[in-house]
This record gives sequence, C-alpha cells and structure tokens, in this order.
Amino acid sequence: MDQPPTRTGMPVIEMTGVAVSALRYPDTVVAAEVNWTVNAGDYWVVAGLHGSGKSDFLMLTGGLMAPQRGRYQFFGEAMPIFEEARLKERLRLGLVFDGGQLLNHLTIAENVALPLRYHHNLSKAEGATAVSKLLEYTELTPWAESASGQLGRSWQKRAGLARALALEPEVLLVDNPLAGLDPHHVRWWLGFLDQLSKGHPLMHDRPITLVVTTANFRPWKGHARQFAVLKNNGFVVLGPWGKLAAAGEELVGGAEA
Amino acid sequence: MRLPLPRSLAAYLGRGLFRFLLTMQGLGAFALITLGVMITRFGAARQVMRPRVFEEVARAGLRLLPMFLFISGALGLVVIGQTVSWLTRVGAINFLGTVMVIVVVRELGPLVTALLVLARIGTANVIELGTARAMGEVEALEALGIDPVHYLVVPRVIGMALGVFALTVYLILGALLSGYLWAFLQDVPLRPSDYFRQLAGALSGLDFALLAVKTLAFGSIIALVTCYHGLAQPLRLEEVSRATIAAVAQSVVACVLLDALFIIIYLIT
Repeated sequence: MDQPPTRTGMPVIEMTGVAVSALRYPDTVVAAEVNWTVNAGDYWVVAGLHGSGKSDFLMLTGGLMAPQRGRYQFFGEAMPIFEEARLKERLRLGLVFDGGQLLNHLTIAENVALPLRYHHNLSKAEGATAVSKLLEYTELTPWAESASGQLGRSWQKRAGLARALALEPEVLLVDNPLAGLDPHHVRWWLGFLDQLSKGHPLMHDRPITLVVTTANFRPWKGHARQFAVLKNNGFVVLGPWGKLAAAGEELVGGAEA
Repeated sequence: MRLPLPRSLAAYLGRGLFRFLLTMQGLGAFALITLGVMITRFGAARQVMRPRVFEEVARAGLRLLPMFLFISGALGLVVIGQTVSWLTRVGAINFLGTVMVIVVVRELGPLVTALLVLARIGTANVIELGTARAMGEVEALEALGIDPVHYLVVPRVIGMALGVFALTVYLILGALLSGYLWAFLQDVPLRPSDYFRQLAGALSGLDFALLAVKTLAFGSIIALVTCYHGLAQPLRLEEVSRATIAAVAQSVVACVLLDALFIIIYLIT
C-alpha cells in the first residue's frame, strides 16, 4: 500500500452517535449510541453475549454497511466507502469473519491469493511467494491446495485471517476468533494477535491496530489493552483490564462461547 | 414474506401485477448495474478475471457440447428427418430450405439451446450464488474491496452469452446434418447438393446477424435473471430452492417474450 505510515496514537476509527443496525434486518438497532475512538496501535476487545450484535457491529466498523445515524470516520474518511476512487483508504482495513467466510469454489491458497491478485493484478506465479509466506505463518501450508470446504472450522478461520492479512492492512477487525476452538488453537490465536499488535514479520514488523469481538473477556487478559462491551442495545467503553472487575462485568470468566 | 391469500380476483391480479413490476424494476436495476460495472471495470484485475471468464465460457459452452451433439441428432430426427420425408410425399420438397431456416435456424435452435443452458447452468448459477450469499461469501468479497458483481456476475454474463451463441451454432449445424442423414436413411430422393443449396438459398445475411443478436441476448438474460435471484437479496439456505424456481420461471418467460419480439422483427423485414 502507498499510504503514509500510521503514527501510533492517531485516531483511526472515530464513531460519534452511531446507531448500528443488524445486517440482515436493517430496521433492528443493535447498538443505539456508539461513541468510540480507536487510536493507531490500540488492541481492543469488544465483548457481548450471543445475539448482542457483535458481528453486526464489526460489519459496520468494517464498512460493509452504513450507520443508521451518526458519524463514522476511518482515517478521517466517511465510512462506508464503496467508491472506486476511495478504495485505497478502505483497504487499510482487514476483516476476519467468524467462520472465515472462504469462497467455496477456491482452494485455500487461491482464497488467500485472491485480494492480492485482484488488487495488484498479479498472475498466480507472481503472487505465489507472498501467499506461501502467509500460509506458512498461519500453518496452512499442508492444506494449500485443499478445497476450502474440506477444512475444519478452526483452520478455515485461520485461512480467513491469512486472506485478510494479504493486503497488509493497518487495522484488523476479527470477529469472535476464539469461538469453538480447542486450547491449542486458542493459544495460537492469542499469540499471533499479540505478535500482530507488536509488529509481525508478515507486516514488516509494523504494529497493527486490532479490534476483536468475543463472548468472554477472560482469555484476553494480558493480551488486549482496551475493552468495551455491547449490552442492552448500547456500547460501553470499559477501559483497561483493571476497570472490568470494577465494572462487575458478567462476561469475565467461564469458557469461551 | 408469505402474504395471506387474496380475497378477490382484483386483489389477486393486482398483487400479481405489483410483483411483476417489482421484479421488473429489480431486474432492470440489476442489469444496469451489471452493465455499468462491465464498462467501468473493463480490463480491471485482468489476471483474475480472464481465467474466470474462460472458466464460465467452458462451463456454459464447451462442456455442454456432448449433450448438444446428442440433442442435435435427436432434433434432426424429430424435425428435419420427418419434415423432409413428408414434404417429399406431398411433392413440396422445394420448400425444404425455407421450412428448415424458419424452424431450426430462427426458432428451435436458439430457443432449445437457451432452455437447455438454463436447465444445466442457469439453475446451478442460482444455487451457487444463493448459497454463497447465504454463507456470507458476498460480504467477504465486499470486505476485501472486490465488487461482487464484477467478480461473480460479469464472467457469468459473458460466459453464458458466448456459450449460448456457440452452442446454438453447433446445434443448428448438427441438426441440419443429422436431419439429412435421417432423410437419407428413409430413401428420400434428395441429393446433398440440392439440400444444402436450398438451405443456402433460404438464408439471408439478416438471419446470421439476428441469430447472433438473439443468442447473445438469450444468454445474457438467463445469466442476469439467475444471478439476480441468487445474489440481489440476502437469502437463507432454505430460500435458495424458491429462488431457483422463480429464476427458472422468469428466465423462460423472458426468453419467450424476447423470441416473440424477434418474430415481429422477422415479419417486418
């Protein structure tokens, strides 16, 4: 990407009075008044119970739908961005879906290569080096040529992560990455996201801004730095881990859902 | 959403008319969006899109060729073999060329091809795209900054338009050849040179031009209607079968209406 480097601490996501509606039911509001600023280098975890609208919130943050009301700016640009001319700004953001949402007609390697080849007009061979690096870091090399539907859900999520990282985004949104994973995969995700937040070789050691949703704060202790919660059709910024206990958050503890 | 049954004939007709108009509006908008994307994104992401288009041409054309050769043989037997035989019996063999051109080249060839491509590939389009939509693949493409219409619809429209055109040509050629073969086997006293001279005499330049326009239009319409039903609205998995049925019905109606328009053009010219 030809964007200027992001300075740590500068606002990248700014929401003012934003109302978030459900992606499938646009008349239903899942969060009525979101006032939220994410600065470059932040590592946010947004928690919510099942059905609280975590995915919808992330879809809006990812620019897949417009706020029902309020103002949402991404790097100072009004979101959502659908115009070709502003696409460069939009690609500074990567989104990892809950189930990976891979394209079923493509293999794992083709899925990961797609954004790279499409936006940079690369042949398969030209994109191969970058793709093999992404697959290697996400431990997907043995399944590179497998159809995406053949892989288990845990690995599909990783492939979704590799695909989102292909364009080297500055901000990464990850929807419920730990849901349904065994402890080995949970450890891998927490470690990998920590590395991304501090600077991963895949991203040329550049720290990236992270926003993650979850149903349980507990696994994120010692990893994420800022916390917020979606509940009662509202969005509450809780701050660092120490403030969660003080706020008596019900989402601290138990197994990851 | 399922509405209660209408309580009068007027309500029934009114609801039907409203649905028709809404569908036409949706289809029209979708067709314009697709056309717009084809123009504005022409040549974009060539390394990804060119293989996608080739794949769709192969899917809606090349891979259907064996089936079409079989159908052309059957069509030759059913239509041409019998027509030649009967025209000979009534002493009207001089009209053979005209009858063949009207029945096979202008009407049956393009329409049969369009309906078979609809059955084989059009239905698959709705199911694939409807499932992709239901599984969130369209949102995934949008999140990657890839226009779903460009990536999913444009190759299908080009592939189907070219596929229907090419298959129609093969179907017509196959049917005309096999038709003569069937007639020959029935000992009809018609030399190959006379048969093909009559066909060439009955064909005009306009037939070739209109055949191309008609088949390209059939292919585009089938692709647009099936893609519209698969993609244009959020679907749940259980809604995909309903969308497929609607897409097939509307594609058939659209092709028949377009065919009627071409009949008028043929009659005027």
